[in-house]
Amino acid sequence: MADTMQFDLVSPERSLASHPATAVQIPAAEGDMTAMPNHAPVLTTLRPGILTVTGPDGKSEYAVTGGFAEITPEGLTVLAEGAYERHADHRAAIEAHLEEARKAASEVAGEHKDTADKFVADLVHLLDHMQ
Amino acid sequence: MPNLKDLKNRIASVKSTRKITKAMQMVAAAKLRRAEEAAEMARPYTEKFTDVMSTLAASVGNSPSAPALLRGTGSEDTHLLVVITAERGLCGGFNSSIVKLAKLQAAELVGKGKTVKILTVGKKGREQLRRDFGQYSVGHVDLSDIKRVGYVNAQDIARDVLARFDGGEFDVCTIFFSRFESVISQVPTAQQIIPATFDAETTESGKLSDYEPSEEGILADLLPRGVAVQIFAALLENAASEQGARMSAMDNATRNAGDMIEDLTIEYNRSRQAVITNELIEIISGAEAL
Repeated sequence: MADTMQFDLVSPERSLASHPATAVQIPAAEGDMTAMPNHAPVLTTLRPGILTVTGPDGKSEYAVTGGFAEITPEGLTVLAEGAYERHADHRAAIEAHLEEARKAASEVAGEHKDTADKFVADLVHLLDHMQ
Repeated sequence: MPNLKDLKNRIASVKSTRKITKAMQMVAAAKLRRAEEAAEMARPYTEKFTDVMSTLAASVGNSPSAPALLRGTGSEDTHLLVVITAERGLCGGFNSSIVKLAKLQAAELVGKGKTVKILTVGKKGREQLRRDFGQYSVGHVDLSDIKRVGYVNAQDIARDVLARFDGGEFDVCTIFFSRFESVISQVPTAQQIIPATFDAETTESGKLSDYEPSEEGILADLLPRGVAVQIFAALLENAASEQGARMSAMDNATRNAGDMIEDLTIEYNRSRQAVITNELIEIISGAEAL
């Protein structure tokens, strides 16, 4: 059994990470999940949250603001709307997202209201975890 | 015959023009490199995204429950044309060729009795479309303050387009931009983004996957993003094309200025020679008369 898989994290503007990993914990839309080598193929959307990568060289953490992930037995590709290294320096960027999401949430009504509110709540939660 | 002083002034002025165009060419070359890098960085995301989308779209297919963004509204009477051009001129035929393509399509659609709406991105496109197609304009996005286009800008445009779509303002949306082939070749392109179209060939068939939430849930979430992604890709292609076009236009201008200086210098030398000859003739004939 292969003990590592290829992990790619790309945002629309650049590619943040591309290296082997042993396990990746991703904030999937319906709850966190951990992808490991030889995982069954899954395609899932992401909510804002922390993404933890465990690789041969240790752990690294990223904050993502949504997007989706494709898991295959050979690897994991995360296509994030916005992705930042988990670092206090990037709080401001997340705060900007939150500001925008709040504004968007206040404008929508009806069935999209819940989704927008949840997005805001997830962002607030994410912000709490950015130290 | 222009006198010597005039010629001298003209040579000086063409020389300074050449300096300016040369500088612009070099600036464009530097910007082009950056724009190309940005386009290169964005490519993995766009490719992967299109890949996943086409797989999904193929499996959901034309089922009646498919989202309107994929299936269309059922009619195609109203077209929204998003014309993406540059904020600045002096880049050869770059802006005009995009506008020309858009005009052609708009005229064709109007001829078929469809309603046309135009959203312009970039100042130059709006200026050129104002005269003939001004009455169709529904909005304009100004990017003149933005030094480097980011995904946020694409998202803003996408949000505007999607809001109009949800409001039932149009059925089909097409973006016009210039695809960057090389420094000397930029191809004006029209790309339909709503309803979404995918290359059938890129679809990997028979790929089994679990979907979380459901296939359609993911698709509903991804399609609006797909609009932003495609606009972003177009903006980046356009930025690279603009600099490429400016670079070759300025290269031409520099060369033309060089030719002109040569011609003017020859003319200047000839006239100076003529003046000297004249003076000599006068002196000699004066001396002979004595």
